[in-house]
Amino acid sequence: MGKINFVRIFLIFFKTGLFTIGGGLAALPLIQEEAINRDWLTQGEFADIIAISQSTPGPIGINIATYVGYEQLGVFGAIIATLGMVIPSIIIICIVAKFLLHFNQNKYVQGAFYGVRPAVVGIIISAAYSIMTLTIFDFSKFQTIKKVYEVINIKEILLFFLLIILVKKTKFHPAIYIIIAGVIGAAIF
Amino acid sequence: MKVLLELFYVFFKIGLLTVGGGYAMLPMLERETVENRKWITNEEMLDYYSVGQSTPGIIAINTATFVGYKKKGIWGAIFATLGMVTPSLIIIMLIAHYFDNFYKYEIVKKAFSGIRIGVIVLILSAAIRMGKKAIKDNVGVIFTILSFVIISFLNISPIIVIVVSAFIGIMFKLIWKGDGQN
Repeated sequence: MGKINFVRIFLIFFKTGLFTIGGGLAALPLIQEEAINRDWLTQGEFADIIAISQSTPGPIGINIATYVGYEQLGVFGAIIATLGMVIPSIIIICIVAKFLLHFNQNKYVQGAFYGVRPAVVGIIISAAYSIMTLTIFDFSKFQTIKKVYEVINIKEILLFFLLIILVKKTKFHPAIYIIIAGVIGAAIF
Repeated sequence: MKVLLELFYVFFKIGLLTVGGGYAMLPMLERETVENRKWITNEEMLDYYSVGQSTPGIIAINTATFVGYKKKGIWGAIFATLGMVTPSLIIIMLIAHYFDNFYKYEIVKKAFSGIRIGVIVLILSAAIRMGKKAIKDNVGVIFTILSFVIISFLNISPIIVIVVSAFIGIMFKLIWKGDGQN
């Protein structure tokens, strides 16, 4: 009985890893469907797991897989679920990487990356922007409250500019700024 | 073997420090693999990230796998990936067992609000550094701005943006080469 469950968990998360394209957030609906259909968790419990997974180190998709796997079958469940999520990545990327690294002098490949590189910079900036719209600006308030200072979270903006100055003037490891940001957040928010 | 263990260690560190979403991986990855160890260049990091975004699998994992593969083939890919997920495994299991209420405490929520802002700043500064390497001409500037606008305001999938920009990039290169200009 136990063996079958381990294999099933592996297959479920292998499938999830395979169909998660793009950010780890894409994994959420997939895992949610599997877990809730099987009565592994309630909606509320799943929401809690998402909140925890966003607050811990590591990609959110992996964190959720680990958590759900752990709840089902303990330590081994966690490991099997996580391996299930990452093995499709390993296989596919090894194939794609081999091809690209082999052909990286090819004019089509070079042309492709010539176009893609600046586009990806834009994608990354838009990722930062979307987090910004959640934390620094709260547009949902705009409808009910007309004053600008209610829409913009002043403390967040101050921290934002403080960190920008810090990052420009110093050359610490990125983790240091994260720690500083967390400490200041805990202190003044 | 030593390289494999180093890959595991480096990506363990990156996985441990990537807090607040997969994007937060980029500044850490840049510091550890581009600046500190010179395993890859900024351009390569962008390329691997774009591939990671467009293939099945979580972006952060795909990117780690790619760097690992470049460094030491299939075993490099495996060790890098395992390194990346091990901190998650350990921490999540501990939390699931002991602390699963931790995120409900006010002070934790506040700390994470701060951390999120730190992540924004780090991502932007990494993007600027990468932008300097990636944007080589006006075409690049246009691509960057367009892709930002399209994704932020038009809700179009980044994969489509990547595929289309790859296609246009190929057209550009072929046309220039064809005319004998540039």
